[in-house]
Amino acid sequence: MITAGMDLGSKFIKIVIMNDGDVIARAKMLSGFEQEVTASEALSEALSKAGLQSGDIERLTATGVGRSIAPFAHDRLTEVGAAARGAIARLPETRTVIDVGAEEGRAILITPDGHVKDFAINEKCAAGSGTFTEAMARALELDIVEFGRLSLQSDKAVPMNAQCAVFAESEVVSLLHARTPKQDISRAVHDAIASRIVSMARRVSVEREVMIIGGMAYNVGFIASMKRALEMELIVPDDPDYVPAEGAAWAAHDKLVGMEKTELKER
Amino acid sequence: MTVEYWRWKEYNWHDENIDPKAGSVLSAGCDVGSVSSQAVVMVDGGLYAYSNMRTGSDSPHSALDAMNWALEGTGLKIEDLHYVVGTGYGRVNVPFAHRAITEIACHARGANFMYGPSVRTILDMGGQDCKAIRCDHRGKVTNFLMNDKCAAGTGRGMEVFADLLSVSIEDVGDLSFDVEEEPEPVSSTCVVFAKSEAAGLLRQGWPKNLVLAAYCNAMAHRVVTLLERLGVEKEFAITGGIAKNIGVVRRLEKELGLTGLKSDYDTQIAGALGAALFAGALYEKQQAKK
Repeated sequence: MITAGMDLGSKFIKIVIMNDGDVIARAKMLSGFEQEVTASEALSEALSKAGLQSGDIERLTATGVGRSIAPFAHDRLTEVGAAARGAIARLPETRTVIDVGAEEGRAILITPDGHVKDFAINEKCAAGSGTFTEAMARALELDIVEFGRLSLQSDKAVPMNAQCAVFAESEVVSLLHARTPKQDISRAVHDAIASRIVSMARRVSVEREVMIIGGMAYNVGFIASMKRALEMELIVPDDPDYVPAEGAAWAAHDKLVGMEKTELKER
Repeated sequence: MTVEYWRWKEYNWHDENIDPKAGSVLSAGCDVGSVSSQAVVMVDGGLYAYSNMRTGSDSPHSALDAMNWALEGTGLKIEDLHYVVGTGYGRVNVPFAHRAITEIACHARGANFMYGPSVRTILDMGGQDCKAIRCDHRGKVTNFLMNDKCAAGTGRGMEVFADLLSVSIEDVGDLSFDVEEEPEPVSSTCVVFAKSEAAGLLRQGWPKNLVLAAYCNAMAHRVVTLLERLGVEKEFAITGGIAKNIGVVRRLEKELGLTGLKSDYDTQIAGALGAALFAGALYEKQQAKK
């Protein structure tokens, strides 16, 4: 049974094709300004990787902020539902999912039977999202991966006063003027984001196992800051940004076999 | 060299008709803000000189620069000033100040002088914060609300947009009215997200001025919510750098259904002016004790 899930994020579009729950192909592309075009391109790429035709996909579910514009989707699913379903599929013991993407952060609490119990979202403010890290890395003239890695070399917690990404940029410049080492600035930035996300997650409560997904989960500095802030171990899966797309593909699968874990919205 | 559109002009001024040496009280205020710094010098309670410049990375220096620039060409030196009050975000770093007073108190006092005793609500739109202040007929603060956590609704947010659209910050207001129809406000609150939203609008073919109008609208709406939480009592006045941006001012007056008081004084010096007024009063009190 071939199903697909597409996650139309604010920065990247991710697609996963599954055969009976096994991922057989996936693709990721920058969303760009014409998301609809990118979505079709990503679908074609994944299909060609899988050696399939578009007619072979029995059901495709779209999720993400741009989910309404995927014309070929059979269903749509909220980001929260997709993240939860994907996380449960990766590790059934997951109770808390923390999803940090380019422009949004989410904390989702899952019941032992895999239903969403509660969640909190920040989509209003860049502090606490991937965009914040990107802006700070740019201010320090560092590559984003290097910026995250550098954070691990710091053994000093320099406080960041600014919460706002715009103000933080000036603060980072002042820290540089004050000759604060770059690794300490990097840690300050990652600690700041982690503290914002943890305070959001605590509003819904944090229960083990805690899985962290989304593009920010690639950032080792951020993960270290999250562990410090939560004072617990975290599950960081491989390819963490594909988890919601997988969740969408699972939702399509669930629908076909008549075992819906999540509520789907008919197109 | 790249053009920095957000860069507003720095300036100083003094009243040629006043002889400061003839005055008996020389009081001064220095407002070191996060983005700009102002110095005001008063002679016997009347405005004599001021300056407005960008705050550098070192606030004691910025304070010194601003005061020296205000005194430029006056024949006065900082040592000649009888009493100086520091205010603003960097108020504790004004090396020549006798005292530091919060910018909230100074703004209310300054606005009371600039707009007269009828002013009850002041909206101060600064570089990195926005304050809604209520005061009594003497300019004494009765209540206030402040946003200093988020760039939305601050001058810094407007600078980001001026840069994005390659429009000089001083021209934003006028250009934002050069549109066929008033657009909906930019929907993102966060300046970072609003910036990407604006880039998207430009790509869709929106003219620059229309995007400016949409952002001025968003900023107006943002500060109106702050004002409404505090409660607006007439008379109402706007101070700070954004008070010079008619694109925001007129839109927020429209949404509020209230017109702000106008003043001949420079709206950006309200804090430093209030500080100078406090300095004058403190000096007289000190003299009376002797």
